[in-house]
Parts: sequence; C-alpha cells; structure tokens
Amino acid sequence: MSEPSEALPREGVIEFRKAGYRLPGGQRLLHDITFTVGRGETLVLLGRSGAGKTTALRLINRLADPSDGEVLVEGRRTLDWDPIALRRHIGYVIQETGLFPHHTVEKNVSLVPRLERWPESQIRTRVQELLALVGLDPGLFLKRYPHELSGGQRQRVGLARALASDPSILLMDEPFGALDPLTRADIRAEFQALQRRLGKAIVLVTHDTSEALLLGVRIALMEAGELKGLYSPGEFLQSSEPVAAAYLGQLRALETFQKGERS
Amino acid sequence: MKQFLFEHGSEILEATLEHVWLVGATMLLAIAIGVPLGMVVARKPWLSKPILGSANVAETIPSLALLGFLLPVPWLGDRADRLTITALTLYALLPIIRNTAAGIASVDPAVREAARGMGLTGRQILFQVELPLSVSTILAGVRVATVLTIGIATIAAAVGAGGLGEFIFRGLAMVNNRLILAGAIPAAVLALGADFLLGVMERLLRPTR
Repeated sequence: MSEPSEALPREGVIEFRKAGYRLPGGQRLLHDITFTVGRGETLVLLGRSGAGKTTALRLINRLADPSDGEVLVEGRRTLDWDPIALRRHIGYVIQETGLFPHHTVEKNVSLVPRLERWPESQIRTRVQELLALVGLDPGLFLKRYPHELSGGQRQRVGLARALASDPSILLMDEPFGALDPLTRADIRAEFQALQRRLGKAIVLVTHDTSEALLLGVRIALMEAGELKGLYSPGEFLQSSEPVAAAYLGQLRALETFQKGERS
Repeated sequence: MKQFLFEHGSEILEATLEHVWLVGATMLLAIAIGVPLGMVVARKPWLSKPILGSANVAETIPSLALLGFLLPVPWLGDRADRLTITALTLYALLPIIRNTAAGIASVDPAVREAARGMGLTGRQILFQVELPLSVSTILAGVRVATVLTIGIATIAAAVGAGGLGEFIFRGLAMVNNRLILAGAIPAAVLALGADFLLGVMERLLRPTR
C-alpha cells in the first residue's frame, strides 16, 4: 500500500484525482476528474448520454483503469487493488440489472456470498434479510427466475444482489432508468430510506435532474467527459452555470406543464 | 422379406451396434475437442479465423478422400475404426465449434458486465454464466453433427471399419437393392432417432429468458 493509513479518514471512501480515461484508439472519454465521496454520502453523476458518467463509474471498480491521474478506493489506488477483490468489495447495480437468467432470485442474490464461500446457513439468512430489505416477500420470490419478475422487481433483486456482502460502496448506473414513472417513484422513495439506514458511500449515475436532486447529497454535473461542477441540491437549484441552468430549465418547464395540467 | 430379415437380422443388428459405436466415439471426441475450441473462438478473436478456417477446410474434403489421406498416417492407419473415428471427428467439429462460439457470443452483454462487476473471475464467468447459458445452442450443434456423422459413417465400410455401410457397399457390388436398404434404413432410423432425442434434450436445457 502506497498510502499512509492515517490518511484514510481524511480522504473519504472514493477519491478521483485528476483522473482521465482514453480509449485504446486515443479518443478521450474522461478528462481531469477530481472529486471525493465520503462514507454515508451519495454523489450523483448527472449528465447526458455520452458525458462519461458510466466510464467514471467503471473506473471505481476497475472495469476500466484510468489513463491519467488516479482513482483511490479506501485510500488505496485502484491499480494497487486486486480487481476481483475490489469488485467483490463494491456493490454494482446496472440499468439492465444483468441478473443471471438461469439462476433463481435466491441464487442471484447469494452470488457474491457463495463466491466468498460463506457458510450455507449464513447465506440463507442473508438472502431472506436482503429480500425483505428491498421489499420483496422471500416466500414468494426466492424460487422465481428473473423472467418471471416485473421490471421493478428485477431492479430490486439487482439491488439486493449488490448489497449481499454488505459492501461499504455502492455503484449504481441508472438503476431506475428502465422503470415506468410510478414504479420509479416508489423505488426511489424506498431507496432514499435505505440510503439513510445503510450509511454507504454511493455513486449514482443518472440523466434525470429530479432524480439527482432527490437522491443526491451532492451532484456532479458532467458534460463531454469533464466535470462541470459539484453542487449540493440547494446550490444546484441556485446555480447560474449555463449547463446546470439548462437542466433546471428542463425541470421547470416540466413543473410548469404539470401545474398547468392540474389547474 | 421375412426370409431376408431372418437370414440377415443378427448381422444387421451387429452392424447397427458397430455404427453406433463409431458415431458415439466420434461425438464424444468431437465434443471434447470442439467445445473448448469454440470457447477459444469466442474469447480470442484473433484465433477465431484460423480455427474456424481449418474446421471449414476439413468439412470440404470429400470423405473417401479424407480416409485415403489418413490411411498412411502411422498410428491412425493401423486400425480401421481408429482411422474412421478420426476422419468423422474432423467432420463433426465445425458445427460444434461454431455453435459453442455462437452460444457464448449470444450471452446478454449486461449479464456479462454484471458478472464482471460483481467480481467473478474470467473462468467463473465462463463456467457459471456463459457455458450454462449456451448449453442448448451447443447441443443444437451436437445434434447437427450427430446426424451428419451417422450418414458419413456408412463410408467407413470402405476401409473395413464395419457399420451399416457394409450392407450398402455389398449391395452396390452385387446390385442388390435389398442389401442396400438393409444398410440405409437402419442408418436413417438411427439419424432420426438421434435427431429426436437430442432435440428433446436441447429443449429441456434451453435457458429460460
């Protein structure tokens, strides 16, 4: 380990230091990204498609390695982590869920505990706990296959799977993106409650401004591979930066429309 | 007809069993070689051309010629069944390699991404995710290869490896249609039976998506 251990509390759980990423062909996807995420904090990466949000997320669990600068997880450069150990240490939720279609809900959720060779009885208890946590009745869902679930239920199973080994970090790539608006609102609200209870460092990618405002402790606005600014939701609402203002403009237009509908 | 079956029944049975042995041994060998090669094709794109290319070339060599080519090869040429099984395996490889590779390639990228992100090693992804999800596609390749092999295996009689081809060759030589049919009908029944059984297995093992 290259970092002195007393540096840990000061540095936060995830730290980007001037991190950049280029494709092997030389195309720049990320440039000079610097931010820190502390324990129990949720950072939302907000930006349009192609802004580099997902790439930034993938730098954290070493699905990609930074070509410039560095990314630190728990005070240690990701490059110094064993990628497998690092990934098992981090929960990962993606929009398409990526549930294994040939495994039951039970087997999907217990994936990481089984890889880590937990004792059988402990795995069973944990799966029950997790399903209850994400609002699914274990009695009903344990033996079902992903294709027997609704989109919202699948997303919950995906979240349960990511939380299985109680990781201190959770990465979420548009976790609510594929859901219909009502289900999305439900799951978001539940997730907000979970967020507080779990006390994890969470990085969440979204292109939805209201989601960012609702779930983010801080909002990192990204555009064309660069970090345009870091805001608290309050600051974001006040911001006069052109990009932030554009997002807010879209949100306000929606609100005005909704008010118009109601009256 | 009764008379014919009475005279040749045990002979036909024996030849059928020989045929099954040639085809069975061939398929086991072809699966043992073809599935790993298919995995290589799926994983290492730069090896896919040479592997698929060679298997393709093997497929285009006329079967009698292939048996002839292999005859002088030291260990192989010593025994007719060895020679035949080797030649048949070369034919059976292509569909198995191709289907294994196709099965692995058809795994949902999101599933693979999630598997990597959850910290599965490359090996674990292959054996716990990609192969289980490809089983029915691989089996479809095995099915095609089996039916193909049952047909080509009749040629084995030309080098004295036995099987149902014995009757066909003898019938051709003696201009005796009954003898030809005594080889051709059981071979066709074998092919249909294998096709049906493997088809059922394929359906049972198809992953629910």
